[in-house]
Amino acid sequence: MGVEGIGARVARKEDKRFLMGQGRYTDDMSVPGMRYAAFVRSPHAHAKIRRIDTSAAEDMPGVIAVLNGKQMLDDGIGNLICGWMIHSKDGSPMKMGAWRPIAHETVRYVGDAVAVVVADSVGEARDAAEAVVVDYEVLPAVTDAVKALEAGQPQLHPEAPGNLIYDWEIGDGAATDAAIAAAAHVTEMKIVNNRLAPNPMEPRAALGIYDSAEDHYTCYTTSQNPHVARLVMSAFYNVAPENKLRVIAPDVGGGFGSKIYIYPEEIVCLWASKRSGVPVKWTSDRTEAFLTDAHGRDHVSTVKMAFDANNRVTALKVDTIANFGAYMSLFSSAVPTYLYATLLSGQYNFPAIHANVRAVYTNTVAVDAYRGAGRPEATYLLERTMETAARELGVSPAELRRINFIRSFPHQTPVIMNYDAGDYEASLEAAMAAADWAGFPARKAEAASRGMKRGIGMSCYIEACGIAPSAAVGSLGAGVGLWESAEVRVNAVGTIEVLTGSHSHGQGHETTFAQLVADRFGVPIDSVSIVHGDTDKVQMGMGTYGSRSGAVGMSAIVKALDKVEAKARKIAAHLMEADESDIVIENGALKVAGTDKSVPWFQMALAAYTAHNLPSGMEPGLKEGAFYDPSNFTFPAGCYIAEVEVDPETGKTTIVQFVAADDFGNIINPMIVEGQVHGGIAQGIGQALLEGVHYDPETGQLLTASYMDYTMPRADDLPSFQVSHQVTPCPNNPLGIKGCGEAGAIGSPAALMNAITDAIGNNDLTMPATPQKVWAALAAGN
Amino acid sequence: MAKVAMTVNGRKVSRECEDRTLLVHFIRDQLSLTGTHVGCDTSQCGACVVHMDGKAVKSCSILAAQAAGAEILTIEGLAANGELHPVQAAFKANHGLQCGFCTPGMVMTAVDMINRYGAKLDEKTVRDNLEGNICRCTGYHNIVKAILAAAEEMGAAGRQAAE
Repeated sequence: MGVEGIGARVARKEDKRFLMGQGRYTDDMSVPGMRYAAFVRSPHAHAKIRRIDTSAAEDMPGVIAVLNGKQMLDDGIGNLICGWMIHSKDGSPMKMGAWRPIAHETVRYVGDAVAVVVADSVGEARDAAEAVVVDYEVLPAVTDAVKALEAGQPQLHPEAPGNLIYDWEIGDGAATDAAIAAAAHVTEMKIVNNRLAPNPMEPRAALGIYDSAEDHYTCYTTSQNPHVARLVMSAFYNVAPENKLRVIAPDVGGGFGSKIYIYPEEIVCLWASKRSGVPVKWTSDRTEAFLTDAHGRDHVSTVKMAFDANNRVTALKVDTIANFGAYMSLFSSAVPTYLYATLLSGQYNFPAIHANVRAVYTNTVAVDAYRGAGRPEATYLLERTMETAARELGVSPAELRRINFIRSFPHQTPVIMNYDAGDYEASLEAAMAAADWAGFPARKAEAASRGMKRGIGMSCYIEACGIAPSAAVGSLGAGVGLWESAEVRVNAVGTIEVLTGSHSHGQGHETTFAQLVADRFGVPIDSVSIVHGDTDKVQMGMGTYGSRSGAVGMSAIVKALDKVEAKARKIAAHLMEADESDIVIENGALKVAGTDKSVPWFQMALAAYTAHNLPSGMEPGLKEGAFYDPSNFTFPAGCYIAEVEVDPETGKTTIVQFVAADDFGNIINPMIVEGQVHGGIAQGIGQALLEGVHYDPETGQLLTASYMDYTMPRADDLPSFQVSHQVTPCPNNPLGIKGCGEAGAIGSPAALMNAITDAIGNNDLTMPATPQKVWAALAAGN
Repeated sequence: MAKVAMTVNGRKVSRECEDRTLLVHFIRDQLSLTGTHVGCDTSQCGACVVHMDGKAVKSCSILAAQAAGAEILTIEGLAANGELHPVQAAFKANHGLQCGFCTPGMVMTAVDMINRYGAKLDEKTVRDNLEGNICRCTGYHNIVKAILAAAEEMGAAGRQAAE
């Protein structure tokens, strides 16, 4: 593998700038004449706008413009859209209500924008925003999705009667019902997946720059997919044609899904820049982030898991209600359908599955993909139910899972997915060995002697990464293709630039992607630069989400490297008067096998550009591009084990150990992969123990709108983690890799909750398992 | 408006600013030192930590005017002549950062922590002392590792210097 090639723990190339304070994030950008935007936001969860009076604000110091939604409508700026069409089981298309970037008639959640002020300083813009007077007719609000479906509840959109966006199903309902009726045992549960705020540490920001001479727009924005942002802003929001709109996502401080979407604010900054004649920058504060960034999860489900007399699952039936908030965000519709229900087979050989999903409008901010996106919800539901079934059946949790594991591949599940490779037993065994599962009874007894309640729990997850192929996702309703692009440019002196449509916002692409090149050509990674995040540099790309940059983005790079290598071999063979098939590339040189003939990499590159001595008919230069469209999803899987101690006096849970055993296929940089797992687990532990978005059910006010109210995991809440990897290479991409970005958040919540309920002897506990809830459950269980 | 003078990263600076200007905005907007970040609005996240007269402070929690006359050290002033400070080097060696946004505050907090505890730092102490710095990417695992590694190296270097 070499010290910098595939499989090496290479320290990150990008670290130095971040460590020296030289990262360049959107809010760090400054251009001549730049002014600042502040939004006037609705304080009500649901209201009609009677009148907006901006006269006082317009007279405030430093104010350049106060703009409203009616002006935006008049200028032809389009509605925000959801880009994945889902049809209900009756064949009707999903019911999408209109989402204006700035509301001019009705506001539907606390934080909905109603006006924007542009001023000389942030302070002046905020002062003036407070002086905008909005006369509201307050309407009743509903924040709970189950309640929103009931008769007589407030109605959000005329397009969606009963607040129902779609009523969708997958699987064989009749076969599932028959199997449940004939079952030896049925485990039934109600499963609530708590609503979360993604909280990347960098708040969202946008800088819109309109050049009137060129009639051209530039947008710096905190995006995970700047090309999709340009496409959507151009094709649907009518901001500008693509050739007149440049989108740059510079250093981006985390995303976790919440920066996939195109939000009102970046559209407004571009539009306001043209309207007011100055570059306009907006930077969210944390309260605005809680109010307006898309949230995640928020499912309420019932589940029936049926077993035969040998403890084999015969059927799984799921009914889920998903809260979508007040508007349909860009990929929201896909999350509780094709990213959730298609994973309900887990690691198990289930003969029959049926899932019904209802998506519902409420007076809360939009809900969309957050790290894992549907797969954490599926895993939590399955693994809590599997654990509960094991307790009811009197079988060990590991044994019940083993009985039901899929053991031969490829495996077609009853819910679309075709698993290509895996070894679930291997991860289970690795995790149990690392956790010393066998030694748990002794540890529990020792804890009991100190008055502590000790519990252990596992979770066996599967997920699907790199959603593909494009034709298949198109047939399921996706509005975009899910391929990736790459271009490899070898410069005349042999240094290499790789342009990628993937976007790094913490994942370390500048290092991992360079390792591919170093591995292929034996050149130092310092001679390789990764270029991304700018629509003027990279032609097109689909960005980074769904753990796709490895399996899809790097596969595109491999495809381009193949083409570069083929041409480089031809040039080298010509220069050395050798046969192309005898050329080997190693240690930065092209050699003729079995001889001492050799051409250094840089000399071959120079020859490509001087073009003095190329094979007859060959074009000069050395630059190749590729688009890669995968043939299937990839299927990472693993087993997580949590061991906890609960203090019965306080209900406080302490994580004694946390073990992760993951199969991500082949790994390019283990150090970076482990870091992804650590971060994912921390977010999963956050969901299980600490985090939860709460709206007041009557007023729709967000009660958790700051770090004083929403409990982010901190260093003293978490243990160090034990991680290991089992490897079954993915057979469907050239590198054999599967994706690692979301696994930690997918697998960990169920392990935690299984451990805590094991410790306290009461299974009736919802996330987050706060000390108060655990203490109450403990008291109720005794 | 107030005229505020202080020393930042060894250089004397003086700027006119609104009375309500926070130190973090003075550093970012007036001095264009954008390595110090703003991650929240309730003094919880620690992305804005700098050193004031040798002690770690959240620069969002004091006014620029309160720092008049003080010696301020920001993340930009930590490395000497492009050579990473041992804490910065340890963060890199141990993959203690991902998106990099919390990193400047984390590093400044870590340096202060090591200044106070030296090689006596253990995992629990590091985790307790990181309570005011939030990271969403790393799960803290490698940050803790990096700080312990840096403390050990700086302790060893200090012992060598003393010998």
